[in-house]
Amino acid sequence: MRFRLCRARRFGSGAEPSHFALWDITSETLAGLTQRPGRSLLTMLGTVLGVGAFVAVLGLTSTASGQIGHRFTVLAATTVTVTLAEDESNVASSDHLQGFPADADARIERLNGVVSAGVWWPITNNAQPVISAAPGVWAGTSEDAGGSAGLYAASPGLLHSIDPTVRGVLFNAFHDARGEQVCVLGATLAKRLGITQIDTRPAVFVNDVAYTVVGIINDVKQVPDLLTGVTIPSRTAEHVYGPPPGNSPAKMLIRTNLGAAPLIAKQAPIALRPEQPHDFVAIPPPDPHELRDNVEVDLTGLFLVLAGICLIIGMVGIANTTFVAVLERTAEIGLRRALGARARHIAAQFLAESTVLGLIGGLVGTAIAVATVLIVALTKNWTAVLNPATVIPAPLIGAGVGLLAGLYPSVRAARIEPQEALRR
Amino acid sequence: MTAAITLHGITRTFPGPPPIEALRGIDLTVPRGRYLAIMGPSGAGKSTLMNVLGLLDRPTDGVYELDGVDVAGIGEAERSAVRGQRIGFVFQAFHLLPHRSALENVMLAQLYNRSPRSKRAMRSRRVLELVGLTHRLHALPATMSGGERQRVAIARAMVNEPSLLLCDEPTGNLDSATADAVLGVLAEVHTSGQTIVVITHDPQVAARAERTVVIRDGLLHASEHAEAP
Ligand SMILES: Nc1ncnc2c1ncn2[C@@H]1O[C@H](COP(=O)(O)OP(=O)(O)OP(=O)(O)O)[C@@H](O)[C@H]1O
Ligand SMILES: [Mg+2]
Repeated sequence: MRFRLCRARRFGSGAEPSHFALWDITSETLAGLTQRPGRSLLTMLGTVLGVGAFVAVLGLTSTASGQIGHRFTVLAATTVTVTLAEDESNVASSDHLQGFPADADARIERLNGVVSAGVWWPITNNAQPVISAAPGVWAGTSEDAGGSAGLYAASPGLLHSIDPTVRGVLFNAFHDARGEQVCVLGATLAKRLGITQIDTRPAVFVNDVAYTVVGIINDVKQVPDLLTGVTIPSRTAEHVYGPPPGNSPAKMLIRTNLGAAPLIAKQAPIALRPEQPHDFVAIPPPDPHELRDNVEVDLTGLFLVLAGICLIIGMVGIANTTFVAVLERTAEIGLRRALGARARHIAAQFLAESTVLGLIGGLVGTAIAVATVLIVALTKNWTAVLNPATVIPAPLIGAGVGLLAGLYPSVRAARIEPQEALRR
Repeated sequence: MTAAITLHGITRTFPGPPPIEALRGIDLTVPRGRYLAIMGPSGAGKSTLMNVLGLLDRPTDGVYELDGVDVAGIGEAERSAVRGQRIGFVFQAFHLLPHRSALENVMLAQLYNRSPRSKRAMRSRRVLELVGLTHRLHALPATMSGGERQRVAIARAMVNEPSLLLCDEPTGNLDSATADAVLGVLAEVHTSGQTIVVITHDPQVAARAERTVVIRDGLLHASEHAEAP
């Protein structure tokens, strides 16, 4: 009795309604597709290209922008640059535009989220400095490195902000406060001057003034100019050369904790001079999302249109093949109807064939695209970024294309009258 | 015991213009287990009658009882079901699927009628044995002779144990020796009690049947040399 209930209702004639089980649809579909494998493969091509292009474009874009985002996060997102305002009205309102306060480093380093901060400026004392490893060198001679090397002033905090690797030590607040004749040497310049050892306390002569080299810096993250020059403490520079000149004003570099930069950029001018914060302009890092979006919009727009065109071509291809198959298999349709198939079973079969064709095309396309993204990422030493939200549904796009393509042919197949079809 | 087939005043008019009355009031009773031949000249309405009997076409008017149940007015779903479960078809053109083996072609008849998958192959093998094709189970139609193909088709028609086996010119594509073999298979099927209706214009085919009726201009006439029903 229980068994009876599970069975389908019967018609008045005693016949059970015809049935096309899912498992049978699947095996009939696969049989239909594999009986002409070459044609099935060709038909899939458009969908393979379309879905492949779609996934590859999104994958390459997210990989590339992920790359940008990665670099960005590490360095730029933790950097705030503060410059003096160049506003004319600002100059006019006060007698003279004041520079950074003497305790600028301390004022900023007090802020929560700041790792280190410091000011620097190039010393352009009207003429090129004469820089050499020995005294009494004339400007422009082969011993003078001043032609291509620069002289810089930097506060101790700046040296920390640029995060160099250093041989020896960096000059510190003590050297700075006392205006000592010390310097750090850029690695490039050190090589030119033949200075390799720090423990011998070598000196560099800048315009015949000796500065003791306390360290050689290499591999800075910011202000690479310092690698080719001599950097002396800012107080020492002020004693010898005066305050930073108007044509090369001091700049401040603040290294912050990750995520703190935008806030520090707002707080820095006030911390530097509460009564006149407009003397300073703090430049926060650009918004990483904006940066990434710009890249994505540039690339994806065009390629997604191309992917769409491929998908439409794929759809037309599947529709055409399915339609031809319906015409070719008219006798088979008649036979299946004679064997008990309903019109909807015929439609289901052709619809399943076109959908599976699209689905397989989508799977192949997705696989190729993922491989492409991985290979590109590997060759460029990038991290491949594939969003599962685009990769996983991608084969379904193919299936959708196949389904749409199969609608008309399968309706036509369902409408074929069995007695007409069998007359052949 | 009800008859396998009872036809009362079956007409089939193809709407024109001009309208063609292919069947003009057919009365026919086929008892269970009968082997009947329907003969007639070209254009007489043989195929039209076959389509009506096979529920591939609806009569314009009249009563058609299959196993005592009126099937003239039933809907598409029920007609499909009855075709799949009660009627076996054998066509002149065989209509085997070219990419499937003999066994798979026979199994196709069990696709739509809720036969359990696990039993399809076994049942199909058994009927193929019955028509003498045990050695050709996995052969493709292209590699088989015409006679073998038609025997596969008969096996396919028989696998669901139909009430009615309908054959439209079953030997039309075969030479006479092969035709004889196929007719022998039909005769054998008939001895097991199967109701068979064969449509043919070949007197030799009709001679194998127990009874022959002649259709002419859409009307049935008892054959001159036919025995009484
Ligand atoms: N679909 C149709 N539309 C219009 N007229 C039709 C249709 N099918 C058959 N006819 C007509 O009905 C008549 C009977 O046709 P049918 O096909 O039943 O003849 P037949 O006896 O099978 O002939 P043959 O031996 O040549 O196959 C013919 O006049 C034919 O033209
Ligand atoms: Mg005919």
